[in-house]
Amino acid sequence: MKIEGKRNIWKDYQKEIAADRYFYVRSCVRQNFFPGSEKTFLRIMKEELHKDLFENAAHTTCSGIGYHSDVVPFETAMTMVARQFSIMTESGYENFTTSCITSFGLYSEILETWHHFPEVEERVRQHLLKATGRTFNKPVNLSHASDVIFKFRKEIAANGQYKLINKNTGKPLQVVEHIGCHYSRMFPGKGIGGAEYPYVLVGMIEEWGGEVIDYPERRHCCGFGFRQYLIQANRGYSISSTKKKFDSMAPYKPDFILTNCPGCPMFLDRWQYALSEMEGITYGENGHGIPVLTYEELAGMILGYDPWDIGLQVHQVPVEPLLDKIGIPYDTPRKFLTMDGKIMGQPKAPSNLKFYQHE
Amino acid sequence: MNNKVIVIGGGVAGMTAAGALADLGLEVLLLEKDSQTGGHVKNWDRLFPSRRPGKEVMDFVGKSMGTGVEQRCNVVVNSIDRSNDGFTVHMENSEPVSAKCLVIATGYELFDAHKKEEYGYGIYDNVITSAELENIFREGKKLTTHDGKTPRRMAIVHCVGSRDEKVGNLYCSKVCCVTGVKQAIEIREMLPGCEVTSFYMDLRMYDRNFEELYYEAQQKWGVNFIRGRLSECAENPDHSLILKAEDTLTGRPLKLTVDMVVLLVGFVPGAETRRIAQMVGLQAGADGFLLSADEHVQDNSTSVPGVFLAGAVKGPACIVNTIADARATALQVKKHLTNLKTK
Repeated sequence: MKIEGKRNIWKDYQKEIAADRYFYVRSCVRQNFFPGSEKTFLRIMKEELHKDLFENAAHTTCSGIGYHSDVVPFETAMTMVARQFSIMTESGYENFTTSCITSFGLYSEILETWHHFPEVEERVRQHLLKATGRTFNKPVNLSHASDVIFKFRKEIAANGQYKLINKNTGKPLQVVEHIGCHYSRMFPGKGIGGAEYPYVLVGMIEEWGGEVIDYPERRHCCGFGFRQYLIQANRGYSISSTKKKFDSMAPYKPDFILTNCPGCPMFLDRWQYALSEMEGITYGENGHGIPVLTYEELAGMILGYDPWDIGLQVHQVPVEPLLDKIGIPYDTPRKFLTMDGKIMGQPKAPSNLKFYQHE
Repeated sequence: MNNKVIVIGGGVAGMTAAGALADLGLEVLLLEKDSQTGGHVKNWDRLFPSRRPGKEVMDFVGKSMGTGVEQRCNVVVNSIDRSNDGFTVHMENSEPVSAKCLVIATGYELFDAHKKEEYGYGIYDNVITSAELENIFREGKKLTTHDGKTPRRMAIVHCVGSRDEKVGNLYCSKVCCVTGVKQAIEIREMLPGCEVTSFYMDLRMYDRNFEELYYEAQQKWGVNFIRGRLSECAENPDHSLILKAEDTLTGRPLKLTVDMVVLLVGFVPGAETRRIAQMVGLQAGADGFLLSADEHVQDNSTSVPGVFLAGAVKGPACIVNTIADARATALQVKKHLTNLKTK
């Protein structure tokens, strides 16, 4: 593989990312999946980068999951998104940053639709006005939160305490990057690096010292795929997609997987447990699986945040082997304590996927 | 000003037009930007459908210019002035030359396969273009993978950059289907142990002996043809390639591992053609190729009196059609000059 070939493509897919004053909208599902990620993003933006980032409690779902599952019509989705824009406008912001990839895809699709069909935008404005009395400005800049972390990856590296280097061998960690479908597949020009060889996560991994693995099923679905999971009868497709990816990446011995979508880390993480129970298969070293991280979690790790403060204890696949490789300390007895020191409960040990015992 | 004609572009079209104009008694100057004439065809080993050496055709076209054509290579045209009496061509490092008529025969460029990012050209070592394969044949090199192994399985991908809305080219490049069939046979001939699979949308075997060649490829050489466009190409740890496609005849997705992939790159309008066209005020169609005065009955002349077109500046064309077209252009130039004289 010629990395130069990829670099030439990356040059063609750059995008403008606002430098400050973000109106941040959370995901519907991420706080249940990996509850520390959004909190870590806010902490990095405010405490490390000293940026103005605003949230408004009136923000609701964008309806993207319903839209992509064919239960919410586009017209409804557009009106709901128009309402989010009105909240941004009322809050005095014009740079819109989403936590969710599907939201980012939906916002991009709607802005693109309005660009090409101004009469649709006007109709949606009327719908919103009649229903709520609200008006809105369109965002000056739309970004995904991974774009923002990408933009400040050098600053994070400069403030960082750790690098993606195996402390025992001194070699870069080998990382699989997996991009959410709705990040750039619909509009390659709206994602850093385009659709075929996205750069947004690669840029973080390279900047923070790791090396990226290019494996044959790199573009394949994580297993979520909306209808292949949301429709219960289709879940065989979901887990077989995930298995296909793991079978393909396994020969490259990845140290971990980095993602930028709400669903991808959920399915790449949880289905490893399900596969181990169903098939007796485990991936990664010594039966521990391959850890799956969100980009906020990884940024937090690089910055030296306590692993349990950024939510790494709620992963199905244990992250301790990775923390040990990098040399990040952690307090095992604290793993399953709440922030106020209470016992939150501990998951039952799986049959095949191993819990990690610190050596 | 005498009856001089300047032909811009020294490929098959330009050389043929220049030769035919000289045969008609006109003074001809042929300008070529490269160091030698011959265009794309000089890089081609054998030609479809008979697989005769391309050199034979180039020798014929070269000789057809005789001694009546003044040729200049390594020429960069800077600007072209129009006057009532004709045209003056200004060039880098030489005196301007005037002529009554211009023939634009600047041809085409090959589609840049990097633009089909999902096929991995320029990223994966064993993805090459049809032009690169032809070069291997022409130079008599051994066909090997990037690490020097003899390929045991190869795929040929049709319509790369042609009939593809995603890259903005809706037109058919006309010559790639039969080139793919020819190259598949030549791979099998060179490497009898190598399986060859072609991925196509339609096989447009429109001309004489094309369909026969397609049959020969299947019956004599055992080339596999799968109707389906490649969706993506990825690399295995051993640098072989995994292809994903849909076999649209069976309606099923398929995966195929091959050692090498050949991308049949189509025609695109040339940057030089656009530049020259702007100098004389010619328009291009939506596909980027130049517009003639009338697509049916005045296909060699243009909206600018005294400016004529020959060959693939008007769109993809095979050698046979290019030669016929260039000869027709020469006759139209002669007719135009005769009419001027009569007036």
